[in-house]
Amino acid sequence: MSESASAGHRRAQRHLPLQILLGFLVIYFLVPFWWVVVNSSKDAPGLFGGGNTLWFADQVDYLGNLRQLFTYDGGIYLRWLLNSTLYALAGGIGATVLAVMAGYGFAKYRFAARRFSFAVVLGALMVPATALVIPTFIMFARLGLTNTVWAVILPSLLNPFGVYLMHVYARDAVPDEILDAARADGAGEVRTFLQIALPLMRPAVVTVLLLSAVASWNNYFLPLAMLSDNRLFPVTVGLGLWQGVASANNAGGTSLWSLIILGSLVSVIPLIIAFFSLQRHWRGGLSVGGLR
Amino acid sequence: MTSLTEKRAPRTQDEKRKTRGKTRRREHLTGWLFVGPFGVVFLAFLIAPLAYALYLSLFQKKLIGGTSFVLFDNYVKAFTDPSFLSGAWFVIRFALVAIPVQIAVALAMALILDAVTSLFTRFSRLMIFLPYAIPTVIGAVMWGFLYSRSFGPLTDVFGFFGATAPDFLSSNLIFYGLLNIVTWQWAGYYMIILYAALQGIDPTLYEAARMDGAGRWQVARRIKIPLIAPALILILVFSLIGTLQFFNEPQILRYLAAGTIGSDFTPNMYAYQQAFGLANFNYGSAISFALGGVVFVCVYAFLFFTRKRRSFL
Repeated sequence: MSESASAGHRRAQRHLPLQILLGFLVIYFLVPFWWVVVNSSKDAPGLFGGGNTLWFADQVDYLGNLRQLFTYDGGIYLRWLLNSTLYALAGGIGATVLAVMAGYGFAKYRFAARRFSFAVVLGALMVPATALVIPTFIMFARLGLTNTVWAVILPSLLNPFGVYLMHVYARDAVPDEILDAARADGAGEVRTFLQIALPLMRPAVVTVLLLSAVASWNNYFLPLAMLSDNRLFPVTVGLGLWQGVASANNAGGTSLWSLIILGSLVSVIPLIIAFFSLQRHWRGGLSVGGLR
Repeated sequence: MTSLTEKRAPRTQDEKRKTRGKTRRREHLTGWLFVGPFGVVFLAFLIAPLAYALYLSLFQKKLIGGTSFVLFDNYVKAFTDPSFLSGAWFVIRFALVAIPVQIAVALAMALILDAVTSLFTRFSRLMIFLPYAIPTVIGAVMWGFLYSRSFGPLTDVFGFFGATAPDFLSSNLIFYGLLNIVTWQWAGYYMIILYAALQGIDPTLYEAARMDGAGRWQVARRIKIPLIAPALILILVFSLIGTLQFFNEPQILRYLAAGTIGSDFTPNMYAYQQAFGLANFNYGSAISFALGGVVFVCVYAFLFFTRKRRSFL
């Protein structure tokens, strides 16, 4: 890093036009955030009053709007946030545990039908997740599982890409010699996995965890289909619901709009924090999938 | 028991083979124990739904006569149904434009970020990646605000130059409105993957090329891009799968763009509407399965094509 930084310093000055271009791109990627940050400080009249839409109104009232957001409809918004957290954590951790074990198993053991099974998993990467939602819904309806948290969590445990990523990483980052040495020292297979292999695979584990948690947090189609009780909604489906209500009745919806804007802002903060704080871990893991 | 067999040194050839057979069998078993839990989930939530969708799609429910086996009638119906066909045509058209745009933007940004290192580029890398952390639904809500006539900034910005603001929610421009949203949402993620691949290239290759008199642009074109071809193919496949099952963004913008986006705008929306709006699960399953099949064939054909091609590079 340091050597490229010193070399980069020389180039950086030569490439001012590129940096300016980059500046414009950054502005483009940040505009929606800026708009949301600015407009979540406004009340309904400020929002619709025709003032500058990219700057604050005279009255900046985050606290009032926040209070309104978290008390509206009996504090349903907080419930949605907690639901999203539950789905993301349960789905993310569950999917990661399964993917890490399976990826390691595929990489490090020669067992019957291994090649065939792995080929099937790779083929599953190409099956669009949404094609599974409708039949899964009907299956769950038969079992009485629709409109429960399980309807969202259980299908989220499936992450073939995580298995692929872990397989590639385990194959390259966990040498067979170390595993054999551990076995020769009398460690069982489980202990070898937990104490020797797992620490070596950590960057990929964090990456898979983050990717699966994000996928669960962002999921919209699955919970939209599965859930009818709005007290079980994740925040994505909840905000979508509010948006539908607000668009349907233009007059009564005006106060709801400011809640939706602030609600969008609040809902993205947890993931942004997760990404930034775990940055060092996932960057190493992401390159794996792309290099092979 | 197992420790016993391990400790005792095998004496005869026969005994040796027996022990080897035992460890082989144990390796089979432990391998399956590691893969097994995922295998169960895989069967339950991927194979079973697919099989079930196929099964359901072979039946039709009529008001009179109940449910009857119709073989491929639902598929014949789907591929002659103007709603399904127009949705399919839209996502294919959209994929043909949106995927090259997203990947070109991502590649350009990754190349810039790889070539220029400064505090600002490090900051930019994070900011460009930021939209990936935003749920697509929230991203669509945000852009919906920005496009909005009543509280979006477009009217102000264009008014400042004395022009009328384009309405990205109108039927003429909704294609570009959606194109902008998906590019904003995904280009940063693709950029990070490409950037990670670029950082993995051995820098001595650049030195060698520079000695041979290659310029910065030539290094990018002749060395960097070919070397990250696997990463490019990976994101192409991802974006192809994602675009063909387009659902979230148009579904959200539907509320804002009343009349522009119908319930059959994309095949997935149509399947959703058939299943959950009209309780027509057989036909909905058929559309889902047909769409899944189309995606699978497209991706498989693409991979086959690129694998052939890559041997020429």
